[in-house]
Formats: sequence, structure tokens, C-alpha cells
Amino acid sequence: MRQINLPIDDETIRSLKVGEPVLLSGVMMTGRDAVHKWMVDTFIKKTRQPSDDDLKVYEAIKPLLNGSVIYHCGPVVAGLDTKAYRFVAAGPTTSIREEPFQGDVMRHFNLKGVIGKGGMGARTLAACQEVPGVYFHAVGGAASLIAQTVLKVLGVYKLDFGVPEAMWVIEVKDFPVVVTMDAHGGSQHAVVEQHSKEVLEKLLSQA
Amino acid sequence: MQDLTEQILELVRLTSTDLPQDVEHVLRQAVESEEAGSAGRGALETILKNVELSRANSTPICQDTGTPIFYVYYPQGWSTRKLRAQIESAVAQATARAYLRPNSVDSLTGKNSGNNLGGGYFPTIHFEEVEGDRLTIELILKGGGCENVGAQYSLPFGRAEGLPLQAGRDLAGVRKVVLDAVYTAQGQGCAPGILGVAIGGDRGSSYYASKEVLFRQMDDTNPNPELADLEQRLTEEANQLGIGPMGFGGKTTLLGTKITSLNRLPASFFVSISYMCWAYRRRKMVWEDGAVSYS
Repeated sequence: MRQINLPIDDETIRSLKVGEPVLLSGVMMTGRDAVHKWMVDTFIKKTRQPSDDDLKVYEAIKPLLNGSVIYHCGPVVAGLDTKAYRFVAAGPTTSIREEPFQGDVMRHFNLKGVIGKGGMGARTLAACQEVPGVYFHAVGGAASLIAQTVLKVLGVYKLDFGVPEAMWVIEVKDFPVVVTMDAHGGSQHAVVEQHSKEVLEKLLSQA
Repeated sequence: MQDLTEQILELVRLTSTDLPQDVEHVLRQAVESEEAGSAGRGALETILKNVELSRANSTPICQDTGTPIFYVYYPQGWSTRKLRAQIESAVAQATARAYLRPNSVDSLTGKNSGNNLGGGYFPTIHFEEVEGDRLTIELILKGGGCENVGAQYSLPFGRAEGLPLQAGRDLAGVRKVVLDAVYTAQGQGCAPGILGVAIGGDRGSSYYASKEVLFRQMDDTNPNPELADLEQRLTEEANQLGIGPMGFGGKTTLLGTKITSLNRLPASFFVSISYMCWAYRRRKMVWEDGAVSYS
């Protein structure tokens, strides 16, 4: 299986096609609902004033995100009391909730990819063509297995968002994913949805 | 009254980390039906590896340990107030031991309570007094991804545009809206899923019942022959949609369908659908004659 190291260059991103299984290694960050809203409100649309902490975190995460991927994940973490953090369970969460934000976040931080589950829509697909980037689909619910690919928790930002919603910086080795949206406008999710719609129409016309 | 906190903690651990045999069995059957080398088959193989690993290491099958939903059937003489305190204590301890993710968030402030408690509605606990001496506690952990794709239809139901969906107040109408719900969910609810369907009730009781029916076993048969036929037909037809494991495409979109019905008002005809992900975490604990057993 093809192995890819983070950060990823544009040539590698463009070589990835829908359906291709990949093992990812390197440093990435988790971020989900609260993080995407915070990024867009504070730094992209600027509808709220950043606090000193917001600005500090922003400067710290920019180089981490540049050329890397964001992982839609709210992990189970051990060692919260001692800060010797360890990922116990860390599968993907449903990505479509970030659809209103993702394209802007990809462009702003030069994100080359998103890891999640369930796929995303037309706006994210357009950003994948532009940046360029891809959508990596992890297996939903495979939380113990994926946690084993997390070698180390390097740090955490905005833990006040709560454990699932914080930004966890992790180093992974051979994290298994499948490309389901690529930089050329291909989307496995659009194909499956269209096919299932045709079948549903037939089924609904039967008694 | 006996303090069952330790026993309930074990029930939570077991539910979060050890997928029931009947669910694992249908997942193993599903692998064989998917094409060799396909992404759908790969997803199912990963799922099964993860199930084994979680059981061996006693770690959560899925990081979204969901809403803990308890059903407590207690004999006369037990205090539901004390049982609630024991359940809450067990849930907080399970969270501290990383069997559960802290999942209880204040909807107004966004603050996570950190221990899966809060507001008297988290976790969800239903109490019912029963005859005899046996105390039974059932637990289901229902994640947010699949909860979000649950749906409730008020029949008659029709879509003005797009799909030719016209569903009337009969089982034919129920069939149509359930198929619509599976189509709409696509892979978002972590397919292959299991459907709990309730026909009738009010909006609240109907959704309740759609979750209660998820305590049935995968291989049981609905005692109502009409519903048994519909359960089988819906699973088969949903699998024709080709959504497949994780929505990658494939033959396994649903592992099963469980349907129940409850009385309704003349004016109302609700169909409530609770979508349960493949990580179908439900367990039962029985306390009888001073001894505990789990299944």
C-alpha cells in the first residue's frame, strides 16, 4: 500500500485518485466542530475579536497546518490528570458538519487534506481542486485500531473546548485511509449518492 | 439496599469495549458478501480487527461512546433515587478510566462537564418496576453520528420535488419513508447500520420506542408476521441501494431492521427511525440472589 509522509507536496496530492488506499505518517492536528467555527469566526470572517490566547494559538497552529492535514476526530484520551496524554480511541467523526467552513479553512491554512468519515460536499470538493487537497476517509468506529497508529501526543490547544473538541497535535505512523475525494473533482460520495438515488426511485415506484 | 456501583461500572466497560457476539456474527457474514479487494470489504475487515483489538485491550470500540441510555427494571422495594446515584457514579468512574469519552456538553455555554453527567438528563435513565426479585439493567451506547441521521416522518408524507415519494398511512407508506431515511443517511451514520423503527405514538414516545426496539437480538423474529416480513424486505431493499460499508459502495448497507408499533392519536401517524451504527453497543446485566451476570 502507498505510504505518504506529512507534510504533502502538491505533486503528490495531484497524483492521488479516488479509491486509492493510503497509509499516512507524520504530524497532524485534530479539529472538529468548535475548532472550525472558532477558526472561521476569529481569523477568516473575523466576526469576533480574538483574545490574546486566540492569537497565541493561531501562531502556533499555522505552521502545523501548513501543507499537512486536519483530522475530524474527538478522541478518548488517557492521562488527563497527569498531562501524560495518550490516545486510547481515536476514530473519525462525521465530516459533513464542517462543510460550511472547510473550504475556507483549507485555503486559509494551506491544508492539503482532511481526514474524516462520510465525505463532504461540493464546496469542499471545489477547495480540493483549488488548493490542491484531498479527502481521506478513515473507517468510522475503528477507534482502538487507529489509536494504535498514534505514536505520540505532541501537545494540545484549546483544551477548554473539552477533550473531544480540542486541537490535539499528534504524530502518527501508517494511519490507514482511503481517498474518496480528489484534487481533480472526483468524489466517491457523489457517485454512490447518484447510484443510490436511481435505485431508490425504482423501489419507491413499487408497491 | 445493595450498592451496585461496581457492577454497573463493569456493565459500562463491557458495553464500550466488547461488541456483542450476535452483532459480530452478522459483520463476519457481511465481509463474505463484499467483493474481494473493494473499499467496502476493506472497511469491514478493519472493523472486525478493531472489534478484536478493543476486546483484547479493553479500550472503546468507538471514540464516540455516545449517549449512555440505561433501562432499569427493578423489583419492588428498590430505590430509584439510589439507583440513579449509583449509575451516575459508575458513569463518572468509567469516564475517568477512559472507557467513556466525556460527552456531556452544556448546550448554552458549550462547556463539557468532563464526567458525562449534567443537568439530570445525562445519562438517560428509564426506570420500570417489575414483578419478582430480579433486577435487570440494560445499556446502549449510541453515538452522535448515527443519532444525527435518525429521522421522524409524519404521514401522509410527500416530497414536492426530486424523489417520487408519496407515503400514506399504512405499512406501504412506512416502507417508503424508511427507505428514504436510509438513502438520506448515506454512509454518514457509519454503515452498515441497524434500524430501530417505531410506528405510531406521539413524537416523544415514538422516538423512545424506536430505541427500545434496538435491544432485540439480531437473529430474532418479530412475533407479528406482517412486521417480520417488512423487517426482512426493508433490509434487503436497503442493501440494493448500494451505499455499502462507510458509504464506499457495496452490498451491505443495513445489517438488520427492527420494527415496533404503538397506539397513536387519530390525527397523528408518526414513523420514527433510530439509526444505530455498526458499533452496536448494547449489553445487559442481571442481579439476582446476590450475584451478577452479564450478557
